[in-house]
Amino acid sequence: MPADFNWAIGGEAGDGIDSTGKVFAQALSRAGRHVFTSKDFASRIRGGYTAYKVRTSTEKVRSVVDRLDVLVALTPRTIEENLDELHEGSVIIYDGERTTMADVEIPEGMVGLDVPLKRLAEDAGGAVMRNVVALGAACEATSFDIEHLDSSLKKHFGDKGQSIVDNNKQAARLGQEHVRDNYPDADLDYDLDTTDNDYILLNGDEAIGMGAIAAGCKYYAGYPITPATDVMTYLKGRIEHFGGHVVQAEDELAAINLALGAARAGARSMTATSGPGIDLMAETFGLVATSETPLVVVDVMRSGPSTGMPTKQEQGDLNMMLYGGHGEIPRFVLAPTTVNECFWKTVEAFNLAEKYQTPVYLAADLAMAVTEQTFEPDAFDMDAVEIDRGKVVDEESIADHQTESGGFKPHEITEDGVSPRAIPGTEGGAHMSTGLEHDEQGRRTEDTEMRVEQVDKRNRKIETAREREDLSPREFGDPDSDNLVVTWGSNEGTLVEALEFLEEADIDVRILSVPYLFPRPDLTEEFEAADEVVVVECNATGQFADVVEHDTLQRVKRVNKYNGVQFKADELAEDIKETLAASQEVEA
Amino acid sequence: MSSQVRFTDFKSDKQPTWCPGCGDFGTMNGMMKALAETGNDPDNTFVVAGIGCSGKIGTYMHSYAIHGVHGRALPVGAGVKMANPDLEVMVAGGDGDGYSIGAGHFVHAVRRNVDMSYIVMDNRIYGLTKGQASPTSREDFETSTTPDGPQQPPVNPLALALASGATFIAQSFSSDALRHQEIVQQAIEHDGFGFVNVFSPCVTFNDVDTYDYFRDSLVDLAETDYDPTDRDAAKEKVLDADKEYMGVLYQDEDSQSYEQTHGLDSDMSEIDHEGAPEDATDLVREFY
Repeated sequence: MPADFNWAIGGEAGDGIDSTGKVFAQALSRAGRHVFTSKDFASRIRGGYTAYKVRTSTEKVRSVVDRLDVLVALTPRTIEENLDELHEGSVIIYDGERTTMADVEIPEGMVGLDVPLKRLAEDAGGAVMRNVVALGAACEATSFDIEHLDSSLKKHFGDKGQSIVDNNKQAARLGQEHVRDNYPDADLDYDLDTTDNDYILLNGDEAIGMGAIAAGCKYYAGYPITPATDVMTYLKGRIEHFGGHVVQAEDELAAINLALGAARAGARSMTATSGPGIDLMAETFGLVATSETPLVVVDVMRSGPSTGMPTKQEQGDLNMMLYGGHGEIPRFVLAPTTVNECFWKTVEAFNLAEKYQTPVYLAADLAMAVTEQTFEPDAFDMDAVEIDRGKVVDEESIADHQTESGGFKPHEITEDGVSPRAIPGTEGGAHMSTGLEHDEQGRRTEDTEMRVEQVDKRNRKIETAREREDLSPREFGDPDSDNLVVTWGSNEGTLVEALEFLEEADIDVRILSVPYLFPRPDLTEEFEAADEVVVVECNATGQFADVVEHDTLQRVKRVNKYNGVQFKADELAEDIKETLAASQEVEA
Repeated sequence: MSSQVRFTDFKSDKQPTWCPGCGDFGTMNGMMKALAETGNDPDNTFVVAGIGCSGKIGTYMHSYAIHGVHGRALPVGAGVKMANPDLEVMVAGGDGDGYSIGAGHFVHAVRRNVDMSYIVMDNRIYGLTKGQASPTSREDFETSTTPDGPQQPPVNPLALALASGATFIAQSFSSDALRHQEIVQQAIEHDGFGFVNVFSPCVTFNDVDTYDYFRDSLVDLAETDYDPTDRDAAKEKVLDADKEYMGVLYQDEDSQSYEQTHGLDSDMSEIDHEGAPEDATDLVREFY
């Protein structure tokens, strides 16, 4: 029996796949099991294939794998789509009374549980609960204590009243009983152990929103776009409780300009979007940097270019975040690596934005943003959150940053590149900010010397950050290995899990996961110490591989995936194995 | 402090580079006087400027200010005001900035009704790029890029504002100093989005919409028995193809600003904790 268990529900968009999956994931989490979820969805409201997958274990799970143990198939296509992942002994729960499922054939070696989902749901009070009947059936098939499901149902439907909760519990019982009564001899060799642990379950977008509130963000402006919308959805209704405000703007241009306005007024301010929105925001991004306004811009990447594949994974916006915008723009680009890191990197993004008075990109991706993961609650330890507002001047200290005639110097030339910041309303601080090149007071200038001084001053912030901030990569695997695998973003978890598969094949690797993409750590020593360097990323051209080659003057091997699906641990291990083997053959 | 503020306190030490005789001088003077007259001072005032000749205004005034990117001044102003409703926010731009590249934002700024004033210096020409047609140029106005005239009707900003649900619509003329100042003052005092289209003639590139033209043709509504609270009357006036008007064309006296409607009354620049806010652990608890 495998250490972990993989379950999925699939059907058409509009079938309630998402909420059903979430109820089951929550039930597992409440039973003290670790959970990692993934979504396979299409860009449409109703119809089309969609699935919600849950991987669970009593150990930490960090990625998806190519394996399905129990599948709730609401449509025949659900079985077709997942055939590769089903195996001998896999259980398929389906409703044979549903017209489209009547002639469905269960592949050889698998166990089909024909459960009249709709009819039993109606018996419990309404056809809408048919997915919950399937969850009850799944509990029986896996010997999972149905009381954990009850607890999750209460959490999800509690607001709708006790009778709705009771009906759902009843629906689950009917599914459970149907399997118990009709398949007493079925070989259902699955066992979902429970533990005493209390885990929380959340996705990357939610963690970014939570991080923003924890960091004292008060203003959010955004425009709905997949897969970043959940950040806005999370903040709306919560940030107000902490004195903040959410605005749904008329477009991405308005969103970043609203956020810029709030930031100029002194609020910690943020916008989130995906690649197409980043394109639209590029011009204002330059103004944010030149006016030295602290602002956090979240890019939850999806497949591009253009509209690309809005509901599919990719890490294709790296170059845009590193170089996007005309002229040369000092900035930070941070890439969280897990759902938990989405929280911490958001907090850090606000501190860096204010300490250095720059725009900060948070480079998240779809695989992380819509993926739910379980954590110990103290992984989100609010006591560990620190706020650093940087060089804000008050009415007394402002005198040190004024000209002889009393003009404030918001762009004062300083050694560390960071100038004093007067928040509007501060007496004696009135000043102009502009995207035009300016002097220390913010007044337009074309003076050649001042131009050079201001450009150097702004760029100096990055040098200062390199000195003051810990930009180290996160390290996993065998520290002494000659094989170095480098990655960024959501691939980290998959790579860590791939270690196990590589060990089985007697391959040791050292993993560096780089959360600071700009400014980034110098990896020259690490690269020189390794025989082979492999860079893993979800894009076709190897954008990060290009920049580290440039940094270290050393060629690297590349493992790229750009079909819209995130890496899976076993598959990635195989890719790395092949890449290493290929280079050894060449040398031989 | 405000009682001692003079309008010259809003002047910066930069000499304007506008052409001698430009309408923008008068427009700006009226804005500064109106700000001083309504009890504001440079340290509580935030001016957002667009791009073009009009956009230079932020440089010539002394206050907290930002010179934005082309067409995007309105959302910046709204963000400033929402984040700190104590600030007096004034957005200034031109007809190209406001009605061409920024037309979408204009409609939504009107709908949003944030309590700020929006002053558009309308000279019916692109000045800083040396004389191309603007969205308010006349249909037959010949320019370097439209030698036969734009051959499309001009944008009607007043009608656009009214149709979008504006709560304050006014039009003024930069050389009628006193009336211009009065009208801007009314826009500042209005609780909501105070929109003023200011005829601010370009003496270099526009020989049609001149000082003389406006002086002779503008009808001052203050000199008639016009009732600006009557929306139907306003409809008639803003769609009148034969005459152009000066004064407040429409004001909704029951207007409630965005900040009021959304309960925004605090200065969001303040963070009164050194770490996460006190009850932030509740945010974690909800994911159990």
